[in-house]
Amino acid sequence: MSDAHSSPYLAHHFDDMEQQSQAASLGMWIFLAQEIMFFGGLFCGYAVYRLKFPEAFSAGSYSLAIGWGCFNTVVLIGSSLTMALAVRSAQLGRKAGIIKWLVITMFLGCVFLGVKVVEYSAKFEHNMIPGRHFEFHDDGKFVVAGHGDHSAAVGHDEPVHAEVGEPADHHAAEAAHGEPTEHAEPAGEDNGHGIVEINQGEVELFVGFYFMMTGMHALHMVIGVGLIIWLLVLTAKNRFATEYYTPIEMFGLYWHFVDIVWIFLFPLLYLIGRH
Amino acid sequence: MSAPGVTANEVAPEERRIHYLNWATTVKSWLLTLDHKRICILYLCTITFYFLVGAVAATLFRIELMTPQGDFLSAEIYNKMFTMHGVAMIFFFLVPSIPATLGNFLIPLMIGAKDVAFPRLNLLTWYLFSIGSLFALFAIINGGVDTGWTFYTPYSSTYANGHVIAATFGVFVAGFASILTGLNFIVTVHKMRAPGMTWFRLPLFIWAAYATSIIMVLGTPVIAITMLLIIAERGLGIGIFDPALGGDPVLFQHLFWFYSHPAVYIMILPGFGVISEVIACFCRKRVFGYEFIAFSSLAIAIIGFFVWGHHLFVSSQSVYAGLIFSFLTFFVGVPTAIKIFNWVATLYKGSVSFETPMLYALGFIGLFTVGGLTGLYLSTLAIDIHLHDTYFVVAHFHYVMVGGMVLAFLSGLHFWWPKMTGRIYNETAAKFASVIVFIGFNLTFFPQFIVGYLGMPRRYYEYPEQWQLLQLLSSAGASVLGFGFLMVLCYLPFSLVFGKRAGPNPWRAKGLEWEETTSPPIAHNFVKNPIVTEEAYAYTKGSRHV
Repeated sequence: MSDAHSSPYLAHHFDDMEQQSQAASLGMWIFLAQEIMFFGGLFCGYAVYRLKFPEAFSAGSYSLAIGWGCFNTVVLIGSSLTMALAVRSAQLGRKAGIIKWLVITMFLGCVFLGVKVVEYSAKFEHNMIPGRHFEFHDDGKFVVAGHGDHSAAVGHDEPVHAEVGEPADHHAAEAAHGEPTEHAEPAGEDNGHGIVEINQGEVELFVGFYFMMTGMHALHMVIGVGLIIWLLVLTAKNRFATEYYTPIEMFGLYWHFVDIVWIFLFPLLYLIGRH
Repeated sequence: MSAPGVTANEVAPEERRIHYLNWATTVKSWLLTLDHKRICILYLCTITFYFLVGAVAATLFRIELMTPQGDFLSAEIYNKMFTMHGVAMIFFFLVPSIPATLGNFLIPLMIGAKDVAFPRLNLLTWYLFSIGSLFALFAIINGGVDTGWTFYTPYSSTYANGHVIAATFGVFVAGFASILTGLNFIVTVHKMRAPGMTWFRLPLFIWAAYATSIIMVLGTPVIAITMLLIIAERGLGIGIFDPALGGDPVLFQHLFWFYSHPAVYIMILPGFGVISEVIACFCRKRVFGYEFIAFSSLAIAIIGFFVWGHHLFVSSQSVYAGLIFSFLTFFVGVPTAIKIFNWVATLYKGSVSFETPMLYALGFIGLFTVGGLTGLYLSTLAIDIHLHDTYFVVAHFHYVMVGGMVLAFLSGLHFWWPKMTGRIYNETAAKFASVIVFIGFNLTFFPQFIVGYLGMPRRYYEYPEQWQLLQLLSSAGASVLGFGFLMVLCYLPFSLVFGKRAGPNPWRAKGLEWEETTSPPIAHNFVKNPIVTEEAYAYTKGSRHV
């Protein structure tokens, strides 16, 4: 190691700053590759069941709060912009800029998580959580039956038959909430007899995926917010300079990755069947 | 390597040298160490413990299988024992065995680096591994798990009574140790090589570890999320594999084997790397077909991701999918065979000597070949219908995992033991133990090929009387094998105190770890940063070691 390259930011086992920052970049990209495989397992399961039960997945999709979903998408994309600005400030060595943009990024992340809490609690209030007491609650778009009884769903014994384009009639008697309501056609398809079959167990699968996928995404957001706090502490302690801001840059990659996961989750969960 | 940092092979025993083992001796200096060599030692102790846990379980069920009746263990305990054996041996011994110990120790030394790229991450992996393994240990102590190491749904998610959540969570956490180790190695190999250490001058161990790391990084996350889905299903009622909701338990098998078949290559590829090093050293020859061996490691890593369906030949998979998976499974045998042929070609006209590491390596080539060829039986669709879930499968993967990987691990451990500890073990005892292990191993598992071919299913604790002789032979072999392992466990630690001091290069081997540093190496590996000027394995003929 020559003295020309020595820097207070250089770890002992690297020869120079370039090697150190290249190692960090490569490591981060490999980490993101494993993240893709990690989420990939969930996306794979989602794809299998959506192909198997398209109507139920559409029906489940209707029950999600699309307004909140859109709002969160905008919030998250905005936070990616502010994160990029934080990295830019670090490149230019502007400490105040780093702090400002990181705080805004963290704020937007918290807004996203807050909205998630609102959405989740609405699901909990209506028992629309997977498990023994699951009920398909859809704000009056569908008629459902066989609530909370998994055995009813085995072998698809009691699918819900809803007349397309008509208010549900005799099935309303079996309905979970006793609310006979207007039926909106979930996937624009039927089984050839003008009847769309929606099985509550299959909707429960969709909701299971909704919670697993958005939950795993939200967990990444929570970790991200924690890391921003750590970066803010380091920034306040003057640990970064124009020659070394690797942690901020690497965290930026992470934050954008989490953003991109949401870009896939949003249409797959909220938008299917809404055409 | 023209200007070695160490010239003589002699050491003055009186002079107390400072090296990575003794520069600090407090417990804290070990538990907070960032030195890849010390982390290797931490891993070595941990995985030895889990090897013993798995061995105890194996002992108990081998005793049970000596008689056709269920008389020693209850059926339930028997199930828990083979689960404990599988979980401990696979997730907490074989997967980390060579990468986390020899890999950690050797990768920076072999490429001429001061440490791995991310030393703190490296230490973190040991903690993750230990925490994960403690969850699994908790599950074992608190009544055990009886699902088998594969955790198949819906049994694991709905019906099993044991601590499935704790065990699967342990696997989940330990999985991240594996991922981060792989990440660290990939970056280290890409970015930390010494001047002159080009890709085609890398020792083949590095190529093997690199290929392994790719699988670790891309495969392990899938098992992690799969374990998490089991936990979500058992704990939270989110039933993604639940047939009652229309979910498909076979999806679990796909996700599980998408990792767990490549994981077989995580377990065996580093072994291939060790064998290449050992064969070259004890033949005093450059490995024949260096490039072929290097690229066959990568080929195995890639093709290995597309063969998982051969575990589902009888699990309602379509016969067309079965055909394709069958073909791909044959296909992955090609790069594997390339390695075997190249090693044998290296032996040809080499000046072969039979020190302990070489004995294990030769045992490896023979036993792994048997394991590999019986794999072709199993990948043949029609034959697999008969052999699926029989003892034939058990014998097959033990020939690969024990006859292959454990022998490779022992070969590597004996080869680099003088480098790691600075001491030489008792060569006579070691040679004797290696023969015992070889005999015991074959006696244990060869009868299982026969009993499996005759139709005995695996995981049964009672069986018809006509198979008793074969099962008895197997149990007898297991005790011989166990004796061999116990010998290793005795004379290696013994050598730490009473062994002869090893010079920097007792085998007169080639490679930076032998030629450019002391035994044991100093904390920062090299006194003078090495510059590489020649290819790997530049052995000159007739340069026999002492």
